[in-house]
Amino acid sequence: MRKTMVTTRRSFLGQAGAGGLALVSGAAWAGPSIELPLPGGPRERALTTAFPQKATMILQRTRPPLLETPFEVFDRGVFTPNDQFYVRWHWAVIPTEINVDSFRLSVSGHVDRALSLSLKDIVDGLPRVELAAVNQCSGNSRGFSQPVVPGAQWANGAMGNAKWLGVRLKDVLDRAGVKPGAVQVRFSGLDQPVVDGAPKLMKSLALDHARDGEVMIAYAMNGQQLPLLNGFPLRVVVPGWYSTYWVKMLDRIEVLDTPDENFWTKNAYLIPDTPGANITPGQTGVKMVPINRMVPRSFVTNLKAGATLKAGAPTLVRGIAFGGSTGVTAVDISLDDGASWRPTTLGTDEGKYSFRQWQIEITPPAGPVSVMVRCTNSDGLAQPKTMNWNPSGFMHNGIETVQMTAART
Amino acid sequence: MINAAQVGFGAAVLAGVVLAIIGHPGPKDLPPTASASAPVSTNAPQTFVLKSVSVELPTSDITFPGGAAADAINANCLSCHSAGMVLTQPNLAKATWTAEVDKMIHTFKAPIDQSAVVAIVDYLSETKGAK
Repeated sequence: MRKTMVTTRRSFLGQAGAGGLALVSGAAWAGPSIELPLPGGPRERALTTAFPQKATMILQRTRPPLLETPFEVFDRGVFTPNDQFYVRWHWAVIPTEINVDSFRLSVSGHVDRALSLSLKDIVDGLPRVELAAVNQCSGNSRGFSQPVVPGAQWANGAMGNAKWLGVRLKDVLDRAGVKPGAVQVRFSGLDQPVVDGAPKLMKSLALDHARDGEVMIAYAMNGQQLPLLNGFPLRVVVPGWYSTYWVKMLDRIEVLDTPDENFWTKNAYLIPDTPGANITPGQTGVKMVPINRMVPRSFVTNLKAGATLKAGAPTLVRGIAFGGSTGVTAVDISLDDGASWRPTTLGTDEGKYSFRQWQIEITPPAGPVSVMVRCTNSDGLAQPKTMNWNPSGFMHNGIETVQMTAART
Repeated sequence: MINAAQVGFGAAVLAGVVLAIIGHPGPKDLPPTASASAPVSTNAPQTFVLKSVSVELPTSDITFPGGAAADAINANCLSCHSAGMVLTQPNLAKATWTAEVDKMIHTFKAPIDQSAVVAIVDYLSETKGAK
């Protein structure tokens, strides 16, 4: 299990001894790079094409991989191409070879019949379902947190939207037969910690949630098998919830009859139990709860901050939005710092958990142009004007503003 | 429709499957495979065939700069993760760096000798410390 691509401590030290501890000055890489508009930290990141089944990605970390989607990808449509879908792994021991004939998914624990399912059992033996859904890292946009917080300094590209093809988790659980008294369902995958004794990544959902008919086990996204780095051959899809629950390389499902005490479920990915997980920096005594449903967001995708528009000319403003845990009801823009709002035209509805495109035409007068965009979801929840903040940089979802200039030509 | 540039998306595998239902509450049922009991032909349009994968993941040879001051962080931290995400952190208070290193040791079981902890925290707060 721990054989592939693992630099053991000993072998690393050997390499370090042989190569010396190189001094790095200036950019630590050769090749193309990108500036992320992060207010608080280093902005430059390498662009990389070195990862398997991936086109150009923003390199946040090589090992374990953290790869961000370049933002212009989101202007090309509501579905994020697999080869530019973001990547986030917690532990560096990631299998690099998966044999589809020998792979098995186990279902065990508080069930009538423990199962060991082949991929064929899953693909050909269970009802096939499909759903468009946004997958977003809990810490997407953390790099915009003010004051700054530690963690991967993502810009807005730790999210993506795909059509997930697979089976209902409920159908798998029904085949095993959940016993009375079960309370949670725990997921884990083939990835492993480098160090013995470190907590393996596992996440649990409440039994009722796991059996709601929406939670899926996906074997394809956007019509193709999952890229290995996005969880091949199987990953959990939890529509409307943050990606920490969307366990990749899923090979084990355990039905629990007592609440999950493992680190990743009980102690990690906790948020303040406040609207938008928002607190004041330094605030104490806040109840912390596991992160859960996503909140609405919206972005301009066809115009960049700092762009010069043509004054007096009709100009298309276009972007994407998602409602979080439910659909998009409205996307509005404001050109006057939020004093007044104008509705945009929404694009095709691909389902309530999907990105949705929006567009509007504006005719900017000469001078500064500030476009604010706000999504309201079908629960009536709108993005807040003031950015939410918490010490983990989770659930960032304040209204985005794009500052541009319109000039006469 | 706005920006219909989603190239060739999904069409190949799901050819013939109607995907147009909108606003459904959950995943929608698709037609089942040709027959649950029959072997599935790889050419059948309504099945889905997974193929084995073998890839290589890149490694990073970036080390923490700074010569001897970086010896402890280079020797103790890079076996679990490459340097990139650390080098792109914003400047953080020494207490924050102390907490991060503590989390690596006590929560994530990094085998770091106590004698190296001070040097690692000092390095981080020297190079990435809040001013």
